Amino acid sequence: MSDNKSGQGQSNEGAVPVPPSPDLLLTTPLHELHVELGAKMVPFAGYDMPVQYPLGILKEHLHTRAAAGLFDVSHMGQVRLTGDNPAAALETLVPGEIQALAEGRMRYSLFTNEHGGILDDLMITNMGDHLFLVVNAGCKAADVEHLRTRLAGKAEVEYLGDRALLALQGPQAAEVLGRFVPAAETMKFMSVLEATFRGAPVLITRSGYTGEDGYEISVPNAFAEITARLLLAEEEVEAIGLGARDSLRLEAGLCLYGHDIDTTTTPVEANLNWVIGKRRRAEGGFPGADVILDQLANGTARKRVGIRPDGRAPAREHTQITDAFGAFLGEVTSGGFGPSVNGPVAMGYVATASAAPGTPVNLVVRGKPMPAKVAEMPFFPQRYYRG
Amino acid sequence: MSIIKFTKDHEWIKLDGEVATVGITDYAQQQLGDVVFVELPEVGRNVVAGKEAAVVESVKAASEVYAPVAGDVVEVNEALADDPALVNRDPQGEGWFVKLRIENQGDLDDLLDEAAYKEYCEGLH
Repeated sequence: MSDNKSGQGQSNEGAVPVPPSPDLLLTTPLHELHVELGAKMVPFAGYDMPVQYPLGILKEHLHTRAAAGLFDVSHMGQVRLTGDNPAAALETLVPGEIQALAEGRMRYSLFTNEHGGILDDLMITNMGDHLFLVVNAGCKAADVEHLRTRLAGKAEVEYLGDRALLALQGPQAAEVLGRFVPAAETMKFMSVLEATFRGAPVLITRSGYTGEDGYEISVPNAFAEITARLLLAEEEVEAIGLGARDSLRLEAGLCLYGHDIDTTTTPVEANLNWVIGKRRRAEGGFPGADVILDQLANGTARKRVGIRPDGRAPAREHTQITDAFGAFLGEVTSGGFGPSVNGPVAMGYVATASAAPGTPVNLVVRGKPMPAKVAEMPFFPQRYYRG
Repeated sequence: MSIIKFTKDHEWIKLDGEVATVGITDYAQQQLGDVVFVELPEVGRNVVAGKEAAVVESVKAASEVYAPVAGDVVEVNEALADDPALVNRDPQGEGWFVKLRIENQGDLDDLLDEAAYKEYCEGLH
């Protein structure tokens, strides 16, 4: 870990790890455990990650919706933002009302660029004396650089390379975690708790990316494996890989950065208007505000929508979407089989005139148009904890 | 007596008289994971050796199934439409894909026998 103190009392600590060569992958503190559990390991964002365990993606997905699943999401970036007013500083980079975020609460947001495009999506938690951010693995080096450059003199950016991140998701997650941390059971959705898990100092948020109730647990690397083993020893819990994480979030209608949102899509096109705070709509002051506020007022030419194929064939990413006459409407950005829906589901961008739920479209799969309909999302009801 | 042969793309072909049944191997279904959809060719279509004859989709991805030898499709496994998981449960039995009237029985000579295929798979680990 670097300890480079720069001017104005700033310390931008913590180097974001990068693979030492294109052929070598980084590992998380749970790597040995994944291998021991028989995971199929694949490269993902520079890390050697479990795509599935012997249970398989389908059963892992269904198990998470029925009981509880444990995910290793340690590849994601954890960042601490400190300063006189880190929320005000961060608001210069995101369209959310971060200054209105109460202590102990968390919020989903987006880093935007000057053109209104999306640099990354992230979770922001108000820890009282600092903000705690979780960003995508594939973007974390760029995000940290962005934060350090743009917030220089306003906030200090510390990359927390000494922490792993576990997600425990599913309807029985609360009961399971409550056995170790009783206070976790009654946490509000999108809130944070600093606690001790069998002696390990942990940061627990009631959040996740599966559409289910659940938690993300930030734990020091040294305690990551024992924490995972203790949770996996509970009979409700199975280890779940990235394959099921993807199908779960797709059914829940949640965006995957680099697929459903990227620098070429704006929050308004992505149908993420709710991320843009009311005060921010009036005041602007975030990158690309002119573009985004204009789109909020006047609409966009295309929109992110859900799509349900009429048949059984999944439509994958980059599948062309056409109208009944074969005219191009857009492209699928995420698509596959939804195990809980028990059928194919997709999301993608279509011309706004065709974005209303129920609109018939065609998906061009292997050269053949397959009938489908624009559909409401989520495809599977979200079941977050509402107390 | 039937002959069973294998390809390096993990298809199997079993010849009974003039008609050969084609499917994917147990190794292939394990690699794919849960099969959720199978796209089969039309009966009567002529398939070319080494070219796409069907598509098999798991939760994660779509994969092509190649014709081990050339022939005309005489039957497809309709049961896969309602129960694609048959491919996982019984890949070399009930989970077959197509039946071909093959053009040249000699084409099978170029394929792997069971022992050679087993050895080939072991070399992939």
